[in-house]
Amino acid sequence: MTVALIYVVLFVAAFAAYNFYVRSREQSKDYTSLKTVTFGDESAVTANRFASIVSVVALFAIWGAFTGSKLMPLHVPGPFVGDSAFTYTATKPGGETSDATVKIRVHKVGENVELPEPDPSTGFAKGDVAKIGAWRSGLVRAQVNDDGGGEDGYKVTAIDGKPIAPNQTVRFANGTVSMTPKGSLSVKPDSGWQMEPIWLPAPEAVVSRLGEIASEGYKNYTLWEHLWASLSRVLAGFALGSIVGIPLGYAMGLSSWFRGWFDPIVEFMRPVPPLALIPLVIIWFGIGEEGKVILLFLAALWIMTIAARAGVSGVNISKVHAAYSLGASKKQLLWRVIVPNSLPEIFTGARVAMGVCWGTVVAAELVAADRGAGMMIVNASKFQLTDIVIMGIILIGIIGYGIDILMRMAENYLVPWKGKG
Amino acid sequence: MGTLIIDDVSMRFELPNGGAVQALKNVSLELKKGELMSVLGPSGCGKTTLLNIVAGFLSPTEGKVILNEHDVIGPAAERGMVFQQGALFEWMNVRKNIAFGPDMAGKPAEETNAKVESLLQIVGLQDFADKMIYELSGGMQQRVALARCLANDPDVILMDEPLGALDALTREKMQGLVLKLWKETGKTIILITHSVEEALLLGERLLVMAPRPGRIHKEYQLPFAEMGVGKDLRLVKKEPQFGKVREEILSMIWDMEEEIMGRQEDAA
Ligand SMILES: Nc1ncnc2c1ncn2[C@@H]1O[C@H](COP(=O)(O)OP(=O)(O)OP(=O)(O)O)[C@@H](O)[C@H]1O
Ligand SMILES: [Mg+2]
Repeated sequence: MTVALIYVVLFVAAFAAYNFYVRSREQSKDYTSLKTVTFGDESAVTANRFASIVSVVALFAIWGAFTGSKLMPLHVPGPFVGDSAFTYTATKPGGETSDATVKIRVHKVGENVELPEPDPSTGFAKGDVAKIGAWRSGLVRAQVNDDGGGEDGYKVTAIDGKPIAPNQTVRFANGTVSMTPKGSLSVKPDSGWQMEPIWLPAPEAVVSRLGEIASEGYKNYTLWEHLWASLSRVLAGFALGSIVGIPLGYAMGLSSWFRGWFDPIVEFMRPVPPLALIPLVIIWFGIGEEGKVILLFLAALWIMTIAARAGVSGVNISKVHAAYSLGASKKQLLWRVIVPNSLPEIFTGARVAMGVCWGTVVAAELVAADRGAGMMIVNASKFQLTDIVIMGIILIGIIGYGIDILMRMAENYLVPWKGKG
Repeated sequence: MGTLIIDDVSMRFELPNGGAVQALKNVSLELKKGELMSVLGPSGCGKTTLLNIVAGFLSPTEGKVILNEHDVIGPAAERGMVFQQGALFEWMNVRKNIAFGPDMAGKPAEETNAKVESLLQIVGLQDFADKMIYELSGGMQQRVALARCLANDPDVILMDEPLGALDALTREKMQGLVLKLWKETGKTIILITHSVEEALLLGERLLVMAPRPGRIHKEYQLPFAEMGVGKDLRLVKKEPQFGKVREEILSMIWDMEEEIMGRQEDAA
């Protein structure tokens, strides 16, 4: 909630600052800047590179600020760490009262610290000590060491002078104290706004983990072997799906029999998300490579079939007529007109299929695999190695984005006429 | 040899709702080699249908088309077609588009190249030979379409509103080009147009068609195409006779349109 609010504030502030900066400068006179109508003119809207950079920086800044990153000069308040104390008031059944101090030492999780020395006390209530990890809470049985603390009716009635009863919570200097139904004190030091590393590690922790896994590997395989395992499955599944799907799509676009025969199958399989096939594929083919490649093959197959079919249907009938009038045979028409004409559609389909395959492979590896990006993160999550999980998610995103960029470059190079027919 | 005969052709489209459209009824026509005929008529009178039948894209419900003493049963290289737009192959450059017909026929490359070069010269696109289709203006694209058709050396060239999408100036230049090509190559040409002026300028013979059912309404023999070859077409348009025939045909088509509107109102 706070994070979302801060994000919105950053967005608005950066936008305002940028506008102020632009307005205070000489306007450049390119074509777009001379347009008077820009709101609603889609062609006048291009991604503002400056905004993109600020956006990425802002994400990392928020991440760093909320995780106490060393790379970030500004942080939101962290958890309380150090020594604190509160006094409690114990009441005997007879009504006599006595005060004693509970000393609390809050330390970073994983660090070993000594217990503080208990305060000497004068009354029948005796001082207690506890050490608590940051972000955690600790149980203090304050009355156990008190004189007469075992008697029926002996109880703690106030914290720092504020009355307390079972199930009630009271603040002390650096946190809260609640009383359990049995009369023990549950102490929760202030956790601040920062995230605990097992929830969200700092960026530098993720980076150092990346270095560690890149050099030492994780679960018997190096990082590159994990990523290549996922990528090679995608490439194999996509290649098989294209090899079968594209000719099938052409056949469906060119022959009524093929269209009639395969239409029910394609139309039925199209809305079935590939993820829903994972259980069946595991039952049939096990958790090995074979099953994964078949799953990805199925994920790519329908998309490529439909793309090729749309490519054929999309051919302008004038082009077909023109080719026949120029003496083309059916075979020539197929290779010289239908195939090139359908390439833009096929590329669009291939981009979608690659995206779907990449998502599917990660999901399939989450379910069962001995290596792969998905296996790496699901395995790490079982051991609460959140830094590996986050590193894995970032790498999966980067690779998916990289695949799409490569596909787009190939498209621009191979079908420059796309959208210009 | 070389005569195109359209023999009592009728075309009925059965509609899915049970009705039918009589797009053509008993159309007969004979074109000798080298004749240039333009076709005019109100929208929906079956011009495109007739052209598609001659091209072999449609087979008529009755009658037949004969070229070079054999029946037309499908599209073939002997009958070239120039479309209004969108029929060029945008994955090929200008040169490859023009060479498409000879390439399909497996002609030797040097022969094709020489032909393409000379056609590029004729249509004035020698500087654009290696450009892609989408880099050309509409008028240039139509010149490529003409050259592509000519490269295949058909006996008959069929054009369905080939200049319809061009601006007035480009259109006038292209009309001159069509006349020049007609004279130089001696092809038989059928040209459909919506412009009465164009029909007069480019038609040695001019066919006016009437709708519902589509049929030949009237035929003219005109001197303007012959006059216009290699000349400024605006001078031809100033001929007193040109104006007279234009008015006559305009009012004829106007009457037909009125009649259609009237009938539609009656039906409604
Ligand atoms: N495939 C078809 N199915 C049903 N009716 C058709 C079909 N093609 C054409 N028609 C009908 O046949 C008639 C003639 O159509 P055609 O396209 O030949 O007209 P046209 O003279 O070329 O018109 P325009 O000048 O508008 O191009 C029209 O009434 C049209 O609705
Ligand atoms: Mg038409």
